[in-house]
Amino acid sequence: MTTHRLSAYLAPRRRLRLASLLTAPVLWLGLVYVVALAALLVTAFWTVNELTGQVQIEWTTENVVEVLTEALYRTVTLRTLGIALLVTVVDIIVAVPVAFFMAKVASARLRHLLVIAVLAPLWASYLVKVYAWRALLSSDGLIEWAVSPFGGSTPGYGIVGIVLTLSYLWLPYVIMPIYAGFDRVPDRLLEASADLGAKGWRTLVSVVLPTIWPAIIAGSIFAFSLSLGDYITTRIVGGSTQMIGTLVYTNVGAANNLPLAAAISLIPIGIILVYLAAVRRTGALRSL
Amino acid sequence: MSKSLSRTALRAGLASVAVVSLAACGTSSSDGGSAAATELGDTEGAVSILAWPGYVEDGSNDASVDWVSGFEEATGCMVDAKTYGTSDEAYQLMQSGGYDVVAASGDLTLRLIAGDLVAPVNTDLLESYDGIFDFLKDKEWNSVDGVAYGVPHGYGANLLMYNTDEVTPAPTSWDVVFDKASDYAGKVTAYDSPIYIADAAVYLMTHNPELGIENPYALDQDQFDAAVELLKTQQESIGEYWSDYLLEIQAFESGDSVVGTTWQVIQNSISTGNTDVVLPEEGATGWSDTWMIASESEAPNCAYAWLDYIASPEVNAQATAYFGEAPSSSAACDFRDDCEAYHAGDEEYAAQIWYWTTPVSDCVDGRDDVECVDYSEWTKAWQEIKG
Repeated sequence: MTTHRLSAYLAPRRRLRLASLLTAPVLWLGLVYVVALAALLVTAFWTVNELTGQVQIEWTTENVVEVLTEALYRTVTLRTLGIALLVTVVDIIVAVPVAFFMAKVASARLRHLLVIAVLAPLWASYLVKVYAWRALLSSDGLIEWAVSPFGGSTPGYGIVGIVLTLSYLWLPYVIMPIYAGFDRVPDRLLEASADLGAKGWRTLVSVVLPTIWPAIIAGSIFAFSLSLGDYITTRIVGGSTQMIGTLVYTNVGAANNLPLAAAISLIPIGIILVYLAAVRRTGALRSL
Repeated sequence: MSKSLSRTALRAGLASVAVVSLAACGTSSSDGGSAAATELGDTEGAVSILAWPGYVEDGSNDASVDWVSGFEEATGCMVDAKTYGTSDEAYQLMQSGGYDVVAASGDLTLRLIAGDLVAPVNTDLLESYDGIFDFLKDKEWNSVDGVAYGVPHGYGANLLMYNTDEVTPAPTSWDVVFDKASDYAGKVTAYDSPIYIADAAVYLMTHNPELGIENPYALDQDQFDAAVELLKTQQESIGEYWSDYLLEIQAFESGDSVVGTTWQVIQNSISTGNTDVVLPEEGATGWSDTWMIASESEAPNCAYAWLDYIASPEVNAQATAYFGEAPSSSAACDFRDDCEAYHAGDEEYAAQIWYWTTPVSDCVDGRDDVECVDYSEWTKAWQEIKG
């Protein structure tokens, strides 16, 4: 009977109903995400005691100035940006035809299988996939074996290895939004375009691309932001390459300098905010 | 991988809050009591141990690897073990308190002693101490002014590994990874840690004597710059920096790396048979680990019991063999069949090793007319070297 009385009590009180429904998730989001992130960002303006290695609450802009002015961070930021952009471009080039086939050409049964095939890698551990790429890229690996008869050789561990591995890792995140985008393009639009005399290319450029553009941007946000922060892939297939993530990692681990690590982590956060602001107007955020 | 980045960030944020608050509570209980125990009482029933992975095994990782159960049965001290990944992490954990015993490398021990986090150890109370190699006792990383702060555990050198098919004739000098590194461009490997700068310093001690380096962990600005310059040149030939020893094993087996620094355990694990290791004529860097007792320990009797137990020949043999390093006593070699590979007890070999020590601005080689470059500068330089 208590449930009945409770619902009778809540029925006319709309605000209370809403509050009891949302308090838990909002608290979770607020505490775990916003507060933790804020705690991190604040650390960037603190300092480390040189003798004991402890973080001291002593306000300084030294870390941020160091990150902004030293050549090392500029070089690594540009390299990381380049890698993230390359990964994004590679992923889009691969994802668009695959998504088009899935949404418009494949039969319902085949489409179902393809969706599972695209998502399947997400069910395997990230590390397993990266180590698999390490074996592939090795100089006695599959890639070397496949291309050496034609005079080629494996790209080995380095920037090319990182781009290949990250492109593979984030591909499902790019295919799925674009597939959803194609799915939303009504077939009758394509037919109308054909009826009005447009050839395949014309239809693609004037009808299909403008409709799925937000979906492509949405996919690119995943590939771009996930690449910007990566450090595990870099350590496994990156050879001697440093990215922003590895710099943060060394400063937390080996250097025990949390404030500097926090200051470095402001770089990718800043880049992502700029990127999100830039793509907001395309409506991509609604396609996520 | 922005997910793991934000997780790292979250942890960093929380950790810094924790560190600050713990530091605030920690100040009240310091009584300056860093005197060694004079006699032992009854064991307390529990002991908490902080150590490198593989040092405190109770059979849960590998049923056949278990030396904790024997200790618990013999002393009644239940062991609660925690492992750490870097010396810096261990330092933070020791500051937070709650541990009775810690296994520390040479780049951590002095910091623990300076911070009054560990107490001197009365070695007369330890039966196993007498059997330990003399060249490991009373060293700058485990003793201060003749007072012992712990018991040596095991040691090893950072050796030069090479692929016998690709690198001929067999190298006897580190020059294959420095001045002649370009011969193997793209296939040279090096240890991925700021402490590797000391390896370059060891090389410069022989090849640039005019720099006057006496100790690779005591570098003034000029000496340091020379070492960094050498490593920047080396970087152009590096295929991969390694810190995960399993990746290094795989890189040598596949031929992706053909020459570079290594540990004996890596050579022992490589199955292809076309690699060899050498301690080059310049000498090498290495590590020597020490079991220490926390100054605030609530279970000193159990802690002493553990130090005695882990240094006893059979257990020491088991633990050091599992980790892949030389044991601390010749008696331990009776329980191992691979002591020769690790050159255990070979004093001449051990004398060529510069054991890891934390670089501090007070030069550890005793010079007082210059200031040495400290570890935070080493870390910054290491990132610049990698570029």
